[in-house]
Amino acid sequence: MNRKLSRTFRWSAAVLSLIIMLIAAGCGSSGEVDTLEAIKKRGKLVAGVKYDTKLFGLQDPATGQVEGFDIDMAKALAKKILGDETKLELKEVTSKTRIDMLRNGDIDIIIATMTITEERKEQVDFSDVYFEAGQSLLVKKGSPITGLESLNKDTKVLTVKGSTSAQNIREKAPDAEILEFENYQDAFTALRAGQGDALTTDNSILLGMQKQDPNYELVGGNFTDEPYGMAIKKGNPEFVKTVNELLKEMKESGEYDRLYEQWMGIKPE
Amino acid sequence: MNLWDFSILIDYWDDFMAGLGRTVLASLLGLIGSLVLGTLIAILRIAPFRILNVVGTVYVEFIRNIPLLVTVFFFFLGVPALGIAMEPFTAGTLGLIVYTAAFVAESIRAGIQAVPSGQSEAARSSGLSYIQTMRYIILPQAVKIVLPAIGNQMINLVKNSSVLAVIAGLDLMYYADIINLKTFKGIPVYTLVALFYLLLTIPLSQAVHYMERRFAKSN
Repeated sequence: MNRKLSRTFRWSAAVLSLIIMLIAAGCGSSGEVDTLEAIKKRGKLVAGVKYDTKLFGLQDPATGQVEGFDIDMAKALAKKILGDETKLELKEVTSKTRIDMLRNGDIDIIIATMTITEERKEQVDFSDVYFEAGQSLLVKKGSPITGLESLNKDTKVLTVKGSTSAQNIREKAPDAEILEFENYQDAFTALRAGQGDALTTDNSILLGMQKQDPNYELVGGNFTDEPYGMAIKKGNPEFVKTVNELLKEMKESGEYDRLYEQWMGIKPE
Repeated sequence: MNLWDFSILIDYWDDFMAGLGRTVLASLLGLIGSLVLGTLIAILRIAPFRILNVVGTVYVEFIRNIPLLVTVFFFFLGVPALGIAMEPFTAGTLGLIVYTAAFVAESIRAGIQAVPSGQSEAARSSGLSYIQTMRYIILPQAVKIVLPAIGNQMINLVKNSSVLAVIAGLDLMYYADIINLKTFKGIPVYTLVALFYLLLTIPLSQAVHYMERRFAKSN
């Protein structure tokens, strides 16, 4: 190799390593970016919501639109941060995927009927409670099951994998056989196919199913308190504060009560 | 939090064992069921009667071109809707048998037809009946050809039994999903699950290799 050529090589090698270093530095810093700053810079809030849950986040198959209480909360948040409720992108999450999607940065916030628990607090930060839910039972009308006390070793109770409902029902009805499904629609489909005697989860979700098929009804009232919170990636105190401010403002202005009644059919307690 | 914390496996050992038991049971039932059903379908496909051929072909083309999950949901949701009660585990295992049988039947048919036609012609012209030709001439040769393909199907069957997780069939994958969602420790949980599946599939493939060697010697 002649001298000139080897000099060219050395130069290109130097330039190349500089570029690689710059790219690496860029990646390094973007991983640590504050979520709230990222939303403002992007000009869009990305919210992880349910697509299969009546009253909270349900996709209308005809229009493709996702609607519900959680969606309206996400719109209000987009309006607060960016001044425009349409600057919002919705992404479908399930109980199974949502924490990983938040941690990977696929979504800025989880607004998806997510119960605040100590275990989850180790993974994510939660806003103040935005919905007071409680676990109940859904059965076919005329079922001999009237509440928790009716559940025994001969009853099959259906619920969803990874949900707090599954853990609770094991404690409250230790004799009952518990079957866990991928999502609420699958569990409800299984109930309607006669694969179980009762479906248990939050009352709010069961109310949606009751609307969907009036042959099913809630029995026995609530037996747990399961406050819903919005989940945010750890290390974003400003973002958590903004969400809590929004909740306070909405409650004071009456907007929260209006939305609640619109979706749940009853006033908040 | 340490994602590689394998100690949680001990806390949930009973669940893993319960799941492994169901996976082994589903695999054994599936193995026997699909070999029996698959052989019957293969016989239909090659029998010297046109109507039986059509029945066999319709079965194979229908089942093997539908995703396993759909077949399983048919047994899980469709059959109970017809008024026949069926446990999720039963529904899942039946789905596995019906699905795998289509592939087993194809492997067997291909193996039998791979035996040169001169063999069958020579046997028939020396006075053997159709059944005798099959029993003494064609099948002993076909078995050797078919074994590796059947072995593949059986390994697939064991792995496919994880479909039970979706319909609450209480198998290994079902418990693994639940434990992962409870503990957020997917790496140790699914590593163990992978090891358990290997524990089932590697001896299976060794058994097939052993049988292949045995049949090769019998020549």
